[in-house]
Amino acid sequence: MAGTTQPWLRRLLSGRSAVIGIPYGWLLLFFLLPFLILAKISVSEMENVVFKDLITYQDGLLQLQLKLGNYIFITQDALYVKTYIASLQYAAATTLLCLLIGYPFAYFMARARPERQTLLLLLVMLPFWTSFLLRVYAWKGLLSEHGWVHDAIIGLGLDQLLLAAGVISTPGKLMNTPFSLVLGMTYTYLPFMILPLFGNLAKLDVRLLEAAADLGATPWVAFWKVTVPMSKAGIIAGSMLVFIPCVGEFVIPELLGGPETLMIGRVVWDEFFSNNDWPMASAVAVVMVLLIIVPLALFNKYQAEAQEAGR
Amino acid sequence: MAGPAGGDAAYLSIQDVVKDFNGYKAVNHVSLDIAKGEIFALLGSSGCGKTTLLRMLAGFETPTSGRIVLNGQDMAGLPPYERPINMMFQSYALFPHLTVWQNIAFGLQREGLPKDQVAQRVDAMLKLVQLGKFAQRKPHQLSGGQQQRVALARSLAKQPQMLLLDEPLGALDKKLREETQIELVNIIEQVGVTVVMVTHDQEEAMTMASRIAIMSEGRFLQVGAPADIYETPATKFVADFIGNVNLMPGTVEVDEADHVVIGSADCKHYVGHGITGTQGMDVTVALRPEKIHVSRHKPQDDFNTAHGTIKELSYFGSFTVYHVELASGARLKISQANTARHKDDELTWGDAVWAHWSRSAHVVLTQ
Repeated sequence: MAGTTQPWLRRLLSGRSAVIGIPYGWLLLFFLLPFLILAKISVSEMENVVFKDLITYQDGLLQLQLKLGNYIFITQDALYVKTYIASLQYAAATTLLCLLIGYPFAYFMARARPERQTLLLLLVMLPFWTSFLLRVYAWKGLLSEHGWVHDAIIGLGLDQLLLAAGVISTPGKLMNTPFSLVLGMTYTYLPFMILPLFGNLAKLDVRLLEAAADLGATPWVAFWKVTVPMSKAGIIAGSMLVFIPCVGEFVIPELLGGPETLMIGRVVWDEFFSNNDWPMASAVAVVMVLLIIVPLALFNKYQAEAQEAGR
Repeated sequence: MAGPAGGDAAYLSIQDVVKDFNGYKAVNHVSLDIAKGEIFALLGSSGCGKTTLLRMLAGFETPTSGRIVLNGQDMAGLPPYERPINMMFQSYALFPHLTVWQNIAFGLQREGLPKDQVAQRVDAMLKLVQLGKFAQRKPHQLSGGQQQRVALARSLAKQPQMLLLDEPLGALDKKLREETQIELVNIIEQVGVTVVMVTHDQEEAMTMASRIAIMSEGRFLQVGAPADIYETPATKFVADFIGNVNLMPGTVEVDEADHVVIGSADCKHYVGHGITGTQGMDVTVALRPEKIHVSRHKPQDDFNTAHGTIKELSYFGSFTVYHVELASGARLKISQANTARHKDDELTWGDAVWAHWSRSAHVVLTQ
């Protein structure tokens, strides 16, 4: 062995590549690899309980067999298409609600005195100290008949409003409706909206607001012309953190949703565990991931280009 | 007392203004009249209350007591966005998400001006500060000097009755600062706006302002033209704050109508004008370093001269500052212009020298 190490080897062993390498390795091992396995299963043929090999070699004939039937079925069966659209809609509604509730919350948190800021931050994170499952179960109690929230909503006549909005179908029945589903998801994912927004808004230079006021902007105008555009990055980050997991959410629709609120996570579960049709389940999951990742990647690319152009 | 605008009434009138922050008076009974078209500088070290006063003019702080009247209109109760005053912020506070053009248009759009008029005014402003080429850039794509000009254009776009400048050149390096000072004054004079500026840089205040107020601990110590403040400071603090000065304590020995003689530790001062004082009174004589002449030869005059040794010497290129230690141990700062390139007999460390100054060089301070 010579005393000098190869440059590529030195680069590989340097601290910098180790730091970058760890998250890459993580993603490779726990995201890309399972995804590829899933993709492989989705195009496999079942033979009793085992998958047939995709590539076979027999008598000098190399054959690659991809069963695309599952994908074709997904596009043709209205149930899947409807469920995908419903999942995206529920996730979008949840994201919008989280933004509407989370933005003012994050805004006042960012403007609060430092000692109060710590307290508010703690309050946002406090629910994480209890199991997520318990908290969703608690909503079941609150929303079903004789639950406080149920009684309060009925007492105030708000159920008529919800009925008019089409998020419940029977007056007085709140559980297992789109309303209870979106409420549960909004409640659960709200901190994921608040925290990135808070991080962003806390950094906002108040002198910019003074400059806006000086130039004739009322506080309301300054908020829309300066604060909101300046917090775009926080809005995007928070929305992604809420939207992405919501699309594939399984537990909350299972506990709070009903038959009318079928979401794609539920379908995947059923295909895997009720139908035992792994290739079909995998195909449904792959389409879901693509549905989320493709627009996201495009959006990221556009963002990066916009930033590049701005710089 | 302040009548409607017009005549000799001050354009901006600050009347006995106090700003109290939980018992600490950041601005303490300050009164000031500023004429239309004036460039007025508030000069002081940090924490002297100058920024608080400026922020009260802009409307970001409310005076605890006192009145601010601009062009006959009491500013009390008017929020910043309703005042006919615009400010150029320290380090500019340009909107990073907007282009140069949009930054300048921001105030005009708030007025609800029609689009074509906004465009016209913004283009005129860009021309004024010579940034037409950069209209579509974002602030971070500009140099410090360019950002400063955008900030100026933005604050002038609405044609305010008064322009406030908060440390206008503080973010620029020295060379650029000198160029920008003159350019800034030219633009301001072209527009004809009344200016109140805040600075801790006395050179900036002296070159730009028509009048200066020296502030300390929330009060005005002296208000006057730059030359008045430099040549006739009212107090030891002001003399020391503005430029370099030698302060020598002494006692009035002869008090005549046309001259006084003041004895101090190392010399006798013959002051060629009368002072309001009495014989035996303790005073301080202030002498600017550039008004003292230094040589190896004893001057003929017995007055206004001191003997000592050069202890330190700082060469600045255009001038040299000598620190001469006198018999009492006091040090005299003397600055001499370097008019010749190489003198045969240059003064250096350890030389015994005589300092001499004229009969009109001193300022006699009683407080």
